[in-house]
Amino acid sequence: MIPKRRFDAVIVGGGGAGLRAALQLAEAHLKVALISKVFPTRSHTVSAQGGITAALANVSDDNWHWHMYDTVKGSDYLGDQDAIEFLCRNASSAVYELEHMGLPFSRLDNGKIYQRPFGGQSQNYGGAQAIRTCAAADRTGHALLHTLYQRNIAARTQFFDEFFALDLIRDADGYVLGVTAMEIESGEPWVFEARTTLLATGGACRIFRHSTNAHINTGDGLGMVLRAGLPLEDMEFWQFHPTGIPEVGSLITEAVRGEGGFLVNKLGEKFMANYAPNAKDLASRDVVSRAIAQEIRAGRGCGVHGDYVDLKIEHLGAEKIKARLPGIRELSMQFAGADPITDPIPVTPTAHYMMGGIPSNLHGQVVSPAHYGPEEPVPGLYAAGECACVSVHGANRLGGNSLLDLVVFGRAAGMHMIEYLRENPIPRPLPLAEVEKSMARLARWDRRGGTETVAGLRGEMQRVMQDHCGVYRSEAVLLAGLEKLTLVAARLTDAAIHDHSKHFNTARLEALELENLLPIARATLVSALARTESRGAHSREDHPGRDDKQWLRHSLYFCQNDQLDYKPVKLKPLTVETFQPKERTY
Amino acid sequence: MRFRIYRYDPESIGKPRMQDYEIEFDPQGKKVLDALIALKDGLDESLTFRRSCREGVCGSDGVNVNGRNVLACVTPLEGLKQPIEIRPLPRLPVIRDLIVDMAQFYQHYRAVKPYLINLEPEPESERLQSPEERAELDGLWECILCGCCTTSCPSFWWNPERFLGPAALLQGYRFIADSRDQASGERLDFLEDPYRLFRCHGIMNCVEVCPKGLNPTQAIGKIKTLLVKRAL
Ligand SMILES: Cc1cc2nc3c(=O)[nH]c(=O)nc-3n(C[C@H](O)[C@H](O)[C@H](O)COP(=O)(O)OP(=O)(O)OC[C@H]3O[C@@H](n4cnc5c(N)ncnc54)[C@H](O)[C@@H]3O)c2cc1C
Ligand code: SF4
Ligand code: SF4
Ligand code: FES
Repeated sequence: MIPKRRFDAVIVGGGGAGLRAALQLAEAHLKVALISKVFPTRSHTVSAQGGITAALANVSDDNWHWHMYDTVKGSDYLGDQDAIEFLCRNASSAVYELEHMGLPFSRLDNGKIYQRPFGGQSQNYGGAQAIRTCAAADRTGHALLHTLYQRNIAARTQFFDEFFALDLIRDADGYVLGVTAMEIESGEPWVFEARTTLLATGGACRIFRHSTNAHINTGDGLGMVLRAGLPLEDMEFWQFHPTGIPEVGSLITEAVRGEGGFLVNKLGEKFMANYAPNAKDLASRDVVSRAIAQEIRAGRGCGVHGDYVDLKIEHLGAEKIKARLPGIRELSMQFAGADPITDPIPVTPTAHYMMGGIPSNLHGQVVSPAHYGPEEPVPGLYAAGECACVSVHGANRLGGNSLLDLVVFGRAAGMHMIEYLRENPIPRPLPLAEVEKSMARLARWDRRGGTETVAGLRGEMQRVMQDHCGVYRSEAVLLAGLEKLTLVAARLTDAAIHDHSKHFNTARLEALELENLLPIARATLVSALARTESRGAHSREDHPGRDDKQWLRHSLYFCQNDQLDYKPVKLKPLTVETFQPKERTY
Repeated sequence: MRFRIYRYDPESIGKPRMQDYEIEFDPQGKKVLDALIALKDGLDESLTFRRSCREGVCGSDGVNVNGRNVLACVTPLEGLKQPIEIRPLPRLPVIRDLIVDMAQFYQHYRAVKPYLINLEPEPESERLQSPEERAELDGLWECILCGCCTTSCPSFWWNPERFLGPAALLQGYRFIADSRDQASGERLDFLEDPYRLFRCHGIMNCVEVCPKGLNPTQAIGKIKTLLVKRAL
C-alpha cells in the first residue's frame, strides 16, 4: 500500500506564495503539509532581485490608485481590474507585514523602508515617475523567501522537503482531495490527502532555451492541472525581460535602470528615447524588449555577432553600486566578465515570467467553466504565485508586482482555505483509481531500452520555443513551431531513462518535469496562434495592432484536442471606477 | 576535459568509488555545474547532484572541487587542475553521489531560532530602523545556507551534533544584531555553552570558503564579545 497522510491543507511549493499561504494556515492551527521538490530556500523566489512594489510613499508622493492605474495600463488592459484593485489596495499592509516579520529591507535616512523607481511607475495616472519598489539591496527575493521560511519555522509548519508532487487527486464530482507525490530520497510514492490543495509551483520558463529562470522552473503545477482536465489561461503571454545576460540567461534587474542605468547600442546611442520619449529606459518591459530587438535587427547590436546591447552604470560610482547593487555586480563579473563599476553589462531580451497560468480568482480559488460559467470554483483547489493567473498581470507584468502577488494572494488563498475547511469538515472518499493512474504514469519511467533521451527531447523543445515563440511572432513562424513541437512530443513515447535506482533519481525527476513542460509549450503555441492581435508581451508582426473589439478577453486552453475557450476581462474594479482601455504609450 | 567524480548509490552494493570521465567541453566562460550537466545529459544520466538557480543564490550545489568547498554553478572551469576532482561536501552522510544529507545542518539552523522575536504590538506602518542599524545586518542576512562553511570546519567535524557550526552561528548573530529583535538575552543564554559556540577556535576555514564572502568567524567573535560584556 502507498503510504497515506491526511492533512487539512496540502501546499505544493515552498516559494514565496506557498510559504505565505502555509503561514496563514499554520497560524490558524490547522494541519498543513508543505511539499517542495527542493528545500524551500532553494526555490526560485530567492533569485528575485529588484524589489516588491507598494505605494508606501516613503520617497515620492504616491497612493494605491496610481499603482492600480499603472498595473492596468502595464497589463495592456488584459488584467482583471477587480483583482488588480485587490492587489494594489493590500500592497502596503502586505509589505508592512513582511517588515514586521523581520525582512531586512534597506532603509532611508529617516528609518523607513527604502524605495526605488521601476519601469511603468507613475504618479497621478501617467505623470511623473513614481518611486514605488521596496527593496532589500538587490536581493529582495532572498530576503523575502528566507523571512517567510523563518516565520514558518516559528509557526511549526510541517515541511516535506524534496518531495515531488505528481498529480492532483480529483473525484468524479470535481472535488480536489490532495495529491500524489514521490519522496525523492527514497523514490517511494505517497498520497497526501487533504480537503484543500494549493498549487504554488512557480513559473515555467524552462520551456525556452534561454531564460532567467532556475532549472527547477518546469511548471509542474500547470501540468497537473492540464492532466486533471482543467484549463490554463492566457498562455500566449510570456514576459521577455529586456536585460538578461546573453547565453547564460542570468537576470540583470530593472533596478539597475531604476538607479540610473541606461541602454546604449553599438554607436553609443541612448536609443530608448526613440521608442519611449517620456519614460525612456523605464518604459514597460515589453516596450524595452521590443526596442532592443529592433536595434539588434537594424544591425546596431554590440559585439562580434551584434546580438546584444550595453547597459551602462559606471556613472553611478563605485560606492552606490556596491551599496545598492552588490548582487548584480557579482553576477555580472561571474557570468558576463564585466565589472559594472568600469564596464558596460551586455544584455539581451530573455524569457523571464509567465503571465498566464492556472485560472484563479482573488481568493486563490482555481476556476474553470463547468456548469454555469467560466468563474466556477473547482472545490478544494487553489493556486497562488507565478503558477496562477488571477489575472493581475494581464498581457505584461510590471516589475516588483510578482513578489507582491505572492504575498497578497498567498495570504488571500490561505484565508479562503480556512473558510472552506470550516464549511467542509468531512473528508470525501478518495478515488483510488485516480491514484493508480498516477502510479502508472510514474511506473512508465521504469521501462528500459528507449531510443530517445529526456535531455535530447527537452533541448529540442527549448529550441523550438526559442526560435518560434520569441519577442516577435507571426502565423507562419508559430505554425512551423507547432509542427515541430508535435513531432518532438510524439517521440516522448520512445524515451527511456538509463538510471533505474530508486534513490534520489534525478533522471526520473527530469523525465517527469519534461512531461509537464511539453504540454505547457503546446498551450503557449496554440494560444499564441489564435490571438490575432498584438497586446503586451504578445507581438504579432502580422497583426501589429491591439484589437479590443475582438480580443479584450482571456484565452483558456484545454489539452483535450487543443481546445480553446475565452472569457471576458473583468473591467469592473471592486470599489473604484473602471480604467477604460486606451492607447498605451510611455 | 577530464573529471574524477565521487560515486555512491545505496542500491548497488559496493563502496563509494571515484569514477573517471572524459568529455569534449570548451571550458571558456563555463562553470563546474555546466560540466556536470553536460556529463549527465551526454554521458551518464545516473550522475546525481542538486542544482536550482545556477547563479549562486539558492545554495543547492555546494560540492568539494579539487579539495575546496564551492558552489559548482559559480566556480569557473578554467584554471582548475585536471582531472577535476569533485566530491560531496565533507563529513555529512552521503545520500547519493554528490548529494549529502543536510538534516544536521538544518537542525542547527533551526536551533538558533532564526526568526525575529518582538512581542510589542505591531505598529500601523514599518518599524523604524536607521541605515546604520540596518548596516549591522550586512554580511549576515545574505547567507544562502549552502553549507560550504560548516562542512569545512574542523570543530564541526569533531562535534557535529553539539557544535552549531559557522552557518547557524552566523544566523544566530543576524538576529542578535537586529535592532528590532528583543530576544538577545535569551539568544545569548542559549549560545553560552561550551559546545554550541565555544568549540569555535577561530580556524577561519569558514571565512575562506564562503562563496558569498561572508565572515562567520567575525560574527562568532562578536557573540563572544557580547557574552564577555554581559558577564562583567
Ligand atoms: C531572476 C529573477 C528576478 C526576479 N526579480 C523580481 C523582482 O525583483 N520583483 C518581483 O516582484 N518579481 C521578481 N521576479 C519574479 C518572481 O521572483 C517570481 O515570479 C516569484 O518568485 C515566483 O514565486 P512562487 O512562489 O510563485 O514560485 P517559486 O519561488 O518558483 O517556488 C516554486 C515552488 O514550487 C515547488 N515545486 C515546483 N514543482 C513542484 C513539484 N512537482 N513538487 C513539489 N514542489 C514543487 C518548488 O520546489 C518551489 O518551492 C524575478 C524572477 C526572476 C527569474
Ligand atoms: S572559525 Fe570557528 S567556525 Fe569557522 S571554521 Fe574555524 S572553528 Fe569553524
Ligand atoms: S555563511 Fe557562507 S558558506 Fe556558510 S552557509 Fe552561509 S553562504 Fe554558505
Ligand atoms: S545552483 Fe543555486 S547556488 Fe548553485
